[in-house]
Amino acid sequence: MNALAPADWLNILAQFMLLSLLSVGGAISTAPEMHRFVVIQQHWITDTQFSASIAIAQAAPGPNVLFVAVVGWNVGGPLGAFVTMVGILLPSTMLSLWAGRWSAKHRRTRGVRAFINGMAPLTIGLLLATGWVLAEPFLRDSQHRVGALALLALSVLLMMGTKISPMWLVALGALVGALGGV
Amino acid sequence: MPTADENPPRHPATLSDVFFAFNRLALQGFGGVLAVTQRELVERRRWLTREEFLELLSAAQLLPGPNVVNLSLMLGDRFFGLRGALSALAGMLCAPLVIVLLLATAYTQFAEASLVSGMLRGMGAVAAGLIVATALKLVGALTTNPLGRGLAYVLVALTLLAIAGLRWPLPAVLAGLGPLSVGLAWHLLKP
Repeated sequence: MNALAPADWLNILAQFMLLSLLSVGGAISTAPEMHRFVVIQQHWITDTQFSASIAIAQAAPGPNVLFVAVVGWNVGGPLGAFVTMVGILLPSTMLSLWAGRWSAKHRRTRGVRAFINGMAPLTIGLLLATGWVLAEPFLRDSQHRVGALALLALSVLLMMGTKISPMWLVALGALVGALGGV
Repeated sequence: MPTADENPPRHPATLSDVFFAFNRLALQGFGGVLAVTQRELVERRRWLTREEFLELLSAAQLLPGPNVVNLSLMLGDRFFGLRGALSALAGMLCAPLVIVLLLATAYTQFAEASLVSGMLRGMGAVAAGLIVATALKLVGALTTNPLGRGLAYVLVALTLLAIAGLRWPLPAVLAGLGPLSVGLAWHLLKP
């Protein structure tokens, strides 16, 4: 943790507000640019701290955007977490509210209906691609391939066929992993 | 709009319903919240039909910002205006924020343990499966799409190929396939 000047705080807020507007596809897509700013340019945290921030947020419950709070926490404690989260959320939040209201008002028009229906297949394709990108490291790793694929297939089957909460499937994954099954 | 669901969507009664619904789903969302969001909002609470969920998610993905956070904001706003949006946002973020910061302070002591790396691997494999299952469930919503099932499936496959196979950046894929797909839908919706 560092002693930061007021000018640094303003710089952080401005940078994260800018990142917010660039975060199409989720906050995680701005990780490379965020890394450039806090690690390479400002030397506020190390490479290892940055990677660990992402790993922790992925293992914890809640949206992945919380990795930003962990980065902020490592940069400047509680105030760091607060300023980075306000920065990453404020612009995208205002834009989402405006866009949500505008499209609700015009949802019967041909343009909005074409947009909504046209984007639907792309959204599903993106979800499948995300699943693939998450699974791919396991496919390349012969030591963990079989166990990981079995867990993946089992969680697809249980999600499709039962009403079980996804939380229990993640707990099962953690248990199997801790016992050395993956 | 016709939907495949038998029961009409319900409506939350109060702001605290909104807060606790999102609080509950966020706390269940290890390794990504999207699968739980679909299960809670569409299948358990029935605040949204599958088709409406897909619509909101499409908008949330195109806008900058975290997808599930955008989705929760738009849904909260639809029910109770700005207060609803802020309740949804607070529900989604407050408790998980405390947990993740506690974990961050504890992490350095356990980072090296093979037990922990095994757990993270197992959770990662399940997280991948959850996303795939959510996508497969939403495929059913394409049956009412004016593009028609065949064309919609081709667009799903092209998006998957561009992102996962060719590793093109997301904005490029959206800018390339988006106008094509929306243009086709516009044409097929001809009044």
